[in-house]
Amino acid sequence: MTDLILFNVTNGLIIGAFYVLMALGLSLILNLSGVINFAHGGFLALGGYIAYTISPFVGFWAALLISPLLVGLLGLLIERTMIYRLYGRDPLYSLLLTFGLAFIFEDVTRAVWGATGLPFTVPEFLSQPISSKLFFITEYRLFMVAVVALAVGGLFLFLRFSRLGVRIRAGTFDLDTVSSLGVNVRMLRSFNFALGIFLAGLAGVLAGGQLSLEPTMGANLLMPSFVAIIVGGVGSLPGTLLGGLLIGVAAGITTVFWPSASEAVIYVMMAVVLLLRPRGLLGEEGLLS
Amino acid sequence: MTISVRQHTARLSAIWLLLLAMPVWLPAIGGYMALGTRVVILGLAAMSLNFLLGFTGVLSFGHAAYFGLGAYGTGLALKHLTHSTSLAVLLGVLMGGIAGALLGALIVRRRGVYFAMVTIAFGQVFYFIAFRWNKLTGGDDGLRGFERQPLGFGVWTADILHKPVLFYFFVLTLFALATAAMGLLLRSPFGRTLLAIRENERRARFLGIPVEQHIWLAFTISCFFVALAGALNALLNNFADPTMLNYTQSGEIVIMIVLGGIRSFWGPLIGAAVFVVLQDYLSSLTTNWMSFLGAIFVLMVLFFPRGVLGMHWPDMIRSTLARLRQLGTQGGGSAA
Repeated sequence: MTDLILFNVTNGLIIGAFYVLMALGLSLILNLSGVINFAHGGFLALGGYIAYTISPFVGFWAALLISPLLVGLLGLLIERTMIYRLYGRDPLYSLLLTFGLAFIFEDVTRAVWGATGLPFTVPEFLSQPISSKLFFITEYRLFMVAVVALAVGGLFLFLRFSRLGVRIRAGTFDLDTVSSLGVNVRMLRSFNFALGIFLAGLAGVLAGGQLSLEPTMGANLLMPSFVAIIVGGVGSLPGTLLGGLLIGVAAGITTVFWPSASEAVIYVMMAVVLLLRPRGLLGEEGLLS
Repeated sequence: MTISVRQHTARLSAIWLLLLAMPVWLPAIGGYMALGTRVVILGLAAMSLNFLLGFTGVLSFGHAAYFGLGAYGTGLALKHLTHSTSLAVLLGVLMGGIAGALLGALIVRRRGVYFAMVTIAFGQVFYFIAFRWNKLTGGDDGLRGFERQPLGFGVWTADILHKPVLFYFFVLTLFALATAAMGLLLRSPFGRTLLAIRENERRARFLGIPVEQHIWLAFTISCFFVALAGALNALLNNFADPTMLNYTQSGEIVIMIVLGGIRSFWGPLIGAAVFVVLQDYLSSLTTNWMSFLGAIFVLMVLFFPRGVLGMHWPDMIRSTLARLRQLGTQGGGSAA
């Protein structure tokens, strides 16, 4: 029993790590631009597929970096051509636009790479279990958690200490003031959008090695990421981090006792949080509400 | 857009004439009755959501949940509880509406993007329940094993199961009742208050209007009517499946509203007609219809955000012509 629980908690943490990467990207974009990016899952899937296609030529390690960069670049392109037109308008329009983009992404991915799952092979030395007792913890899983921790740590350091990062955080609270202080808000938002998409691409490559590549793999992670953001508190990135891990573990533990409720449990958590603490665990009152 | 009473009456009669005569003209232009029925049903869903979106100014992106609950409620009632179609519809509507009322109470304090996000996320709960509770709902395969039953009116029985036209009129009757109710509500002091909240929430609050209560009521009413549309949809297909509850369905209902024009009462019906016919046509034409659908979303938002009815077509044509003429003279000028 303890082994079973340990197994599922580990599983939950790993799934939670995906939620965190995805939700942090979504949060960045939501906080600064007020856009709920429905296409985020599409970018994630694309990240996985691009890595799958280029890794035979450049190797796994290069693909891990190049694929998210390419996806981030695509995100930048889409932001500069379409999404920027909708800033400051009713959120309805950016929702519908990214919703349409999500349809197109999924369809194009399916047309190019096929509807059936593709295996994305990770380097041999990463696929061994760390011990026979803890057979379910492969080295790849540890590696994945390490990459996520590195990315999240890097992101928080960047936002805390770099000039650009400080501006992004300031913009979350008061974009007008940031703008009147001479910051090019237009560029700031573009960069921020690309950064969010880069994280989605990275999550896609990592998820490709863990789950398998499917056109809907990103869309499946989208809703839990929303829940992570709401549970953690809209507007708070540490909250998003906490929310992602929390719902991952909650889903993992529920799998032990009541497998068929493992998806629904996170929404129950969200309802409880909204009831008891409407702003979310680490959310600021009044922001975006 | 202010229109005269006469124009209004003319427009209203045109819509109803087209709807009532649908069994005559639809087959003549190559449509089939189930398609027309679907237009009316999804039109009702879109108009119900627009009660909230267009007239209260609150964006719910999770209405598929209540649409689907209405469908599953009706299907399950027909399968296990009753042989009365009307009773089954009532149960389905209650199921969707009450769920909406309960969740609405959790949601109403949020605003804007946050409100949208919470509605989307809550909507998904029911999707997963329908998807996972195999024994009751049939899981991924959907709920089968029920059929709409003939309606008895004492001396005469309307066989809505085997006669698509009769079923169409059954749907149209409920559509008429529902839209009349919504129209009357919007004209009532309550409806005017909703418009006031949409236009300026802060001012409404200063006037002492209990804004949260009103938004909750509007949300609940909208959920009841969208559940009715869902119930009818289950009857139409004699089938309910989890994708009806999914957020993609919510998105489709929202795009129907935007297609038709968000500030217009009847617009969403026209949006639904365009969407349903297009979807039917595209999915028979190409396997990549999702891309086309996505492209419709993108183009709509970027170029026609006010919808088909929301635009001043004469103004628009005039201004486009003027711009073209200007371009012409400019081009001529620089060449010379």
